[in-house]
This record gives sequence, C-alpha cells and structure tokens, in this order.
Amino acid sequence: MSQEFEPTILAFVCNWCTYTAADLAGTSRMVQQPNLRLVRMMCTGMVDPKYIVKSLLSGADGVLVSGCHPGDCHYINGNYKARRRVKLLNEILPQFGIEKERVKLTWVGASEGNEFAATVNNFINEIRELGPMEARSMAVV
Amino acid sequence: MATTAKIQIDGSGPIPALQGFLRGLLENETLGGIMVPVHLFGKGLPMPTLVTDPEQLSGADPLAPAFPMNSAKLLSRLTRGQSGERIAAVMRPCEIRAFVELVKLNQGSMDDIILVGMDCMGAFDNVAYKQFLGDDEPFEKTMEFYKMSANGGVDIAPACKACEYPAPANADIVIGVAGADLSDHIPVMATSPRGESLLNGLGLPETSAAGRDEALEAMVAKRTATRDEMFERTRAATGTLSDLSEYLSACVNCYNCRVACPVCYCKECVFNTDVFEHKPWQYMGWAKRKGSLKMPTDTVFYHLTRMAHMSMACVGCGQCSNACPNDIPVMELFRTVAARTQESFDYVPGRSLDEAPPLSVFKEDEFQETVSHMV
Repeated sequence: MSQEFEPTILAFVCNWCTYTAADLAGTSRMVQQPNLRLVRMMCTGMVDPKYIVKSLLSGADGVLVSGCHPGDCHYINGNYKARRRVKLLNEILPQFGIEKERVKLTWVGASEGNEFAATVNNFINEIRELGPMEARSMAVV
Repeated sequence: MATTAKIQIDGSGPIPALQGFLRGLLENETLGGIMVPVHLFGKGLPMPTLVTDPEQLSGADPLAPAFPMNSAKLLSRLTRGQSGERIAAVMRPCEIRAFVELVKLNQGSMDDIILVGMDCMGAFDNVAYKQFLGDDEPFEKTMEFYKMSANGGVDIAPACKACEYPAPANADIVIGVAGADLSDHIPVMATSPRGESLLNGLGLPETSAAGRDEALEAMVAKRTATRDEMFERTRAATGTLSDLSEYLSACVNCYNCRVACPVCYCKECVFNTDVFEHKPWQYMGWAKRKGSLKMPTDTVFYHLTRMAHMSMACVGCGQCSNACPNDIPVMELFRTVAARTQESFDYVPGRSLDEAPPLSVFKEDEFQETVSHMV
C-alpha cells in the first residue's frame, strides 16, 4: 500500500519570500517531486486555520505553510501570527488522530531556492512515510 | 477590607429578599436599570430582562435554575456604544467570564456596567427546566431546587456538573449564596471600588460570609473530578477522524451551537457566506471521487473550524449543548479540545481583562518547536 501511495501536498506560501523562492527553484531547474500544489498568499499571516483544516479534509495528505524569516515579513509580523495559528492546530488536530507532522511551518527567504526544493522534497518523503490522511477513505467530512 | 453586607431574609423567603436588594440598587440614582432573569410569562423560562422600574422587579428570580441563554451576548448589546446611563447586570460566573472575553474582543465595555455575580449552583438545560417546573409555581420550584442541591441530589446540565468556577470572578458585587443559610441571610460582598461605593450606599448591616469558602471548595473539588472524567470519556470517543465523524453524525449543520455560543462573535460567519453555496456539479464531482458524499457536507469541517476559532475563549457554559436539536454532546467536545488549547497558551478565558486573547498577539521569541528548520 505505502509503495503505491503518492501523497498530495498543499502549500500556502507567501508572495514575498517563499513564492519567490519557489520561482527561483523552478527557474534554476532544481529537482522537485511533483506532489506539491502551491497556493500563493500575500502573507502567511492570512492563512486562517480553516484553510489548513479544509485541505486535510478534502484530499491533502500534508499542508505546508511557508513564509518570510522572522523579522523579514513584508507586513512586519504576519509570520509571527501564522506561527501561533499553526501552534493552535498542533494542539487541536492530534486530538482527532491527525498527526501534527501533516502540518509543517517553515521560513524560506526569497533567495533560498535550494532551501525550498529541499524543504519540499523532505516533506513529501515524510508524508509518504506517514501514509495517507484518514479523510481520503471517508465519504463523510 | 472589602465590605461584606447582609441581605436579611424575613418570613417570605430569600427571593423577595433578593428582589428587595435589587430594588435598593435600582433606586440608587447612579443606576438606570438592572438586567436580571425575570419570570415574565407564567410558567415559561425566566429570561434576562432589562428592568428600569423598581416595581417591576417582582418577577425577578436571580436564583432560578434556568439558563436559557448566556447573557454575555445581551450585555454586549447593551454596552457597545453609549446609552448615557449606568446599568447593573445579575449574571452567572460563566456569563461574566464570557463577557470579559467579549470586552477584550471590543464587543462590549465595562465602563458603564456594574456586574453583580451570583455563586452558581448550576442550572437545568431548557428542556429539563420545563420538566422540573411542571405545573408548579416557579418561585416555589426555585426554592425546592436550592433545598435539593444542598443535599447534592439535583441532575443539573452536564456543563454545570463539570464547571469548576462556581464563584464569580471579575464582578463588582458578589451575592454569596454558596454555603449561606437561606432561612436567615445571604452575604453580599463588594469586590471592586465601584461595587464598594454602591453597596455602602445601601446601608445594609455588616456580616461575614462564614462557610462560603468551604462550600465553594467542596463544589470545585467535586466538579473538577466530574470534568476530568468527562475529558477522558470524550477523548476516548473522538480519538480518530472516523470516531469524531460518528460523534457528530447527528449534526444537521443548523449552526445553533454557534448562535448560542457567547464568544462566537463574528457579525458574518464564513459558514453563512456564499463560500459554501456549492454548485450541483461540484457535489457530483466530490461524490464521484469517493463513490458517495454525505449531505449536508462540511459538518466535521465546521466543528473543527469552530474549535480553531473559539476554543481559546470557550468558558464552558454549555449553551452549545443546550441549543443542539439532536442532543450531540458538543459542550463535552469543545471543552475537551479547549482544555488543551488553553493550556498550551497558558490562557484562562475570563480570568483577567489584562490578558490579551492569545491569537491577537505574539512574541518574537516563542514556539520555536512549531517551526521546522532545514538542517
């Protein structure tokens, strides 16, 4: 089963840092596994917890939230707010058997194309190891 | 030393004595009105009522074991903006705690309000209260409830059984019913400077609240044990997503729990917006992907989102369960989740006006373990 399992990953990335890094990784032709779908946000501070919950219930096996390094946020402090929200989900989701490893928060700056490719590849490998999200096999969410 | 005064109970019993006390408050020229539960419609539920005429306090029953709604939301309506007059509100501890949360979220104000907190013996849910009342006279049944609860034999709502806050915090005046001898007097304490000046103006004789601390302590111990059992039971029943879905399987997406929730304050909830007005072809697509699709959709999603949005402010008043048409134990679920989220941010809702809601603030150097770093 886990041999055949290919995870679906959704990534909410901020326009100013991680999206630019993803662009750089692509134009630099870095090798990335094709399991990732990017959603470009203006800031990680606008990633409401419900986006992450909805993703996990609707077919994503893992969710990546990635923004600017602390102190670099284009909107001064959006990434700090994102960190509290991910912390909140880390407390809620495991109570219902959703491993907290499925929600990952990273800081990837605009110039860090290689960091982005490595983060994505590592995360996909981790989720492939972890197995599919329970919601995938449920008619009810 | 804060004043502890005495509400003397004469032959007619504690309810008329309390009504007299409230009348005294209302006759104070600094107060324009009092919000207090009043029996307005015979054997109906006593509803929070804004009384401005002292004569109309004759139906007031602050001790009634009914809890039709959390009045924090009503007080928010009365204190958002200026009425030009100061009012008092007689509330349960959980209502005050919810109001403190609303004030911190800029949904109300403490400026022109005197909070009169009652020691809370708990209450029935709406259905059980009507059954308890039967065809009898409401005031007599209120007194019967106090006699029964002194003996420990009342089947109050699950939220009240598991409530570890029977004493009101952040009130201006506290009516210390716990441990009081209801055939003699009820102690009433001033717990803030403005409560102090108001209470002193009434010229009541001084007393002490003997036995109150012990009574409260015993209640807290019993209820904490009940609460912990409830946590354990709920965790065991909702440990996986399938279990959670089964737990919520009777949910019809009516969102009553959100409407009844005192701390769910958004003017427009996302679940009522056109985000959830899906097209027929979308439903067909989702159904085909897995072979079937439960309608209505997004039930578990709704509850998980509510946990993320309000569990930090959940005061455990139990109105969500009270409002559920299908008797889903939602209070148990929300309180169990909230216990962990609140602990992780070291936050107790309603504890202090000075503690900012955790999701409205941040520190630069915190929760490093939440962020994954590349090696």
